[in-house]
Amino acid sequence: MDRSSNVYTSRDVAFRLSRSRREFLREVSSIALGSALMSASPLVRGEAAQKKRKAIVITFGGGARDQETFMPAGQQNIPNLLHDLAPQSSFFTHVANQGILGHYVATASIATGVYETLNNFSAVAPEHPTVFEYFRKDLRRPSSDTWVVAPSNGFNRIGESECKSYGQGHGARVILPKQILSAATSGKVTGYDHLLRDNYETPLYAPHIEGGEGELRQLDAVLKLSVDEFRSHARSVSSPDELSVYIAKRLMKQESPSLLWITMHDIDVAHTGAYSLYIDAIQRTDRLCAEIWNAIQTEPEYAGNTTLFVLPDFGRDSDYDAGGNGFQHHRTGDAASRTTWMMALGAGVRQGVVFDNQIQSIDLVPTLGAMMGFSSAQSQGKLIRELL
Amino acid sequence: MLPHDLHAEQFADYPPEARKVVIAHLNTLKELPISFLPGMLKEVIDYDFKFPAERSAIDKDLIYLSSLSQTQIKDLFQAFALITLPPTLEQFDWINLPSQFIEQQSAYLWSTHQMDAFRKAATEYGDRLRAESPADTLPARRLGIAIIGQGVSSYDGALFQNLRQHGTYFADIKPDNGLQLLLAAVAERAKSLPKQYGHWYIDGGRNACQIPTLTCVSYGALAPVRAALLKKIQTQIQRPGMGPEELRTYLARLTPTDVGMDKAGDPVLDRFLLKLLTEGSGTQIFSTTFAQWATREALRRAHPLTLLVRFAPRQQHRPMNEMLSNSQDNEPDLRGSLIDADMGAYYHWINQQRLPGFERSSFLVWFEGHSQALAIGSSFPRGSDSSSGLDLGELVSLAAS
Repeated sequence: MDRSSNVYTSRDVAFRLSRSRREFLREVSSIALGSALMSASPLVRGEAAQKKRKAIVITFGGGARDQETFMPAGQQNIPNLLHDLAPQSSFFTHVANQGILGHYVATASIATGVYETLNNFSAVAPEHPTVFEYFRKDLRRPSSDTWVVAPSNGFNRIGESECKSYGQGHGARVILPKQILSAATSGKVTGYDHLLRDNYETPLYAPHIEGGEGELRQLDAVLKLSVDEFRSHARSVSSPDELSVYIAKRLMKQESPSLLWITMHDIDVAHTGAYSLYIDAIQRTDRLCAEIWNAIQTEPEYAGNTTLFVLPDFGRDSDYDAGGNGFQHHRTGDAASRTTWMMALGAGVRQGVVFDNQIQSIDLVPTLGAMMGFSSAQSQGKLIRELL
Repeated sequence: MLPHDLHAEQFADYPPEARKVVIAHLNTLKELPISFLPGMLKEVIDYDFKFPAERSAIDKDLIYLSSLSQTQIKDLFQAFALITLPPTLEQFDWINLPSQFIEQQSAYLWSTHQMDAFRKAATEYGDRLRAESPADTLPARRLGIAIIGQGVSSYDGALFQNLRQHGTYFADIKPDNGLQLLLAAVAERAKSLPKQYGHWYIDGGRNACQIPTLTCVSYGALAPVRAALLKKIQTQIQRPGMGPEELRTYLARLTPTDVGMDKAGDPVLDRFLLKLLTEGSGTQIFSTTFAQWATREALRRAHPLTLLVRFAPRQQHRPMNEMLSNSQDNEPDLRGSLIDADMGAYYHWINQQRLPGFERSSFLVWFEGHSQALAIGSSFPRGSDSSSGLDLGELVSLAAS
C-alpha cells in the first residue's frame, strides 16, 4: 500500500492536490501557467462598464474530489468543465476553506467573506454582511438586482445577514425551488417527489418541505410562470439541481439580476455512501454548469458583460484518511476536504490561465467587490489580484 | 468537573467490566486533559460490549499510560492541553455521557477553529502509541475477499481501476461455483485458525452462509431491525424541535432491545450491528453502503484474519422519505450497485491495509458470475495482467498461501 500520504503534512498534500489539477489541466486544455501573465489585466474598468457588469456565482455543496474530476480517472465525469469551460477560464487550483465544513455555513462564509460559525443545521442568518448587502447598499441597487437560488435546508436565510448595523433590508431575494414546487403542487407531490430530495448531509433526516402563498407569488410575479407551466416543466427534470437551474435561467430572462448566486446540492448524495450516485451527480453538475454558461452567452442582458464563478464550497475526505470514509463525507478536516478549486470566466477574465497560488474561498467577496465597484468592509478575505 | 477531580464512585453506572478498567487506572485518568479524556471514556464505557481486539487495545493503551510519569504524561498530552473548551463543556456530565460530550466538543472545536489543532494532536498521539506498543504477530496472513456485481449480466466499464496498480488482474478465471469455493476456503481458514470474531462473512443481501465458525452479518437478516429502526426514525422526525443533531443523539441512545434485537444472544455482535445502523450514514437504506460500512467497521474494530464480503443489489435512489418508509417495492439498481461495490472493494483493501501485518496481507475481488478478478499479495505481481484459467478456489488458495 502507498502510505506516502502519511508522511506529508496537510500543507504538502494540499499543494500536491493543486499541482495535480494544474498539470492535468495543462495537458488537456493547453492552458498556461498564470504567474507569467500577471502584468496585463484585461479588465474593463470605468464607471460605465461597472454599471453594466454582471456576475453569477455557482457553488456546489458536496465538493467533488480530484480523482472524480480533474485527475485522469475522473475526466470522463466533467467533459463540459474540462473541455469547454476550463480553457476559457482563469483556473485557481488551490482554494482553501479554513472554516466549518458544513454546506450552509460554508456557503454563508463564501457569501460574507468571513468564516461564519453559525449552526449548519439551523435556519439562521449569517452574522456578517453578505455580498448582496454590500452590492445593493454601495451601488444603490433594487432588491430585484440580486437573487439567490438555493436548496432548502437553511439556505432561505442566506440572502441577508443579521448585522443590522450594516444595512438592514439590503439583502438578496432568495428563491427556493423546492418550496415553489411544493406550493405549486399543493403539497401533493406525486410524480415530483424526486425533486424534493433534501438534506443529504444527514441522510436520515428528511424534513417535510412546505411552500405557500409567497412561493406562488414568486412563481407568478417574478418568474412569470403559471402553476401549470411550472409543473409541466418540473415533470421533465430529474433532480433538484436541474430544477434550480431552470429557475435560475428563468430569473435571468425575467429579472436579469446583476448578481445571481446559485447553490447546487445534488453531489451531496455522496453522504448516502452510494458511489455511483455521487458520480451521476458530478456528471449532472458538470452539464448544468455548462447550461448556465450557455445561457449567459445567449441572454442579451448577460452576453459579453458577465463573469461566471464556479467553485465547490469545499472538498471531500481523502480515501487515505482513517478518520473518514473516503468520498462519503467531509468530516475529517483533512487537506482533501479543505482544498478545492475555482474557475472564473467571462467578462474581464483572462482565458486559459491556471494559477497555483493558494487563495481562500472567502476571498471571493472582496474580489467581486473590486470587480463590480462596491466595498466589502467587514470581509476578512483578500483580493484575488489575478482577477483584477 | 475536571479530570483531576475524578473519584471511583462517579463510575457507578458503568457496566461492570468497564468500571473495573476505569478504577484500575483512575490515577492515570486524572492526569489527562479534558479535551482528551471523554474520548477515551467513550471507548471504555462500552468495554463490556467490545470485541477482544478492542479490549486488548484499550488495555494496552492504559497500561502504557499508567507506566508513564506525570512529566511524561504532560509531555504526551501537551497539544491536547492547549485546546480550550468552554465552562459549559467542563460542567457537562462527560463521565456518563461521553458520546454526547464528543458531539458538542466537536461542534465547539469547528466553530472556534481548533479542529485542525485537535486533529493534529490526535494523529500524533495515535502515532506515538503505535510506536510504543508493537502489534502482536499474526498466526497467518490476513485475507480479504470482496464479491461484487451480483445479478449483473454484463458490464462494459472497467472494473478494479483503483486496485490494479497494487495487484494482478485476471481476465479469464473460471467462475463456476465461485461463491461456494470462496466460502469453503474461508470456512477452512476459520477451522484451522480458530479465533473469536476472527473470520467474518458479510452479505449485502440474504445470508448465503450457515457456517458456525464464521461471524455472519447480512443486510437481509437485519430487515426486521431496520424496519423497527426506520419506524422510530419516522416517529422522531415528526416531533416538534427534532433536527438532524437531535436525531443523531436519539439514535446513539438506542439499545438492541429497543429495536427487537434481544433474542440473538450475542450482546457484542448485537451492539456492533446496531451501531452499523445508527451511526452509519446510508446503511439503513442502501445494501451496498451497509456492506461497505460493515466491512470497514469489522476490520477497524475486530481485526479479523479473514473477511469475505458479498455485495448485493441495492434499491433505486428514491426520495428519502420513500426509501425510509419502504413504502413501495422497486427494482434494484444493478449497474449502480456494481459501481458502488467496486469502490467498496477498494475501501475494503484500504481498511485492511490499516491493520497490523498489512505488509503480508492478501486481497481478492471477484466480479460474481464472471471471469474477472483481481488479486493482491506477495504471490501476485503488481500492475500486471494474467490470462490464467484458475478457478476461484485455486486463486484464493494462492492468495492465502
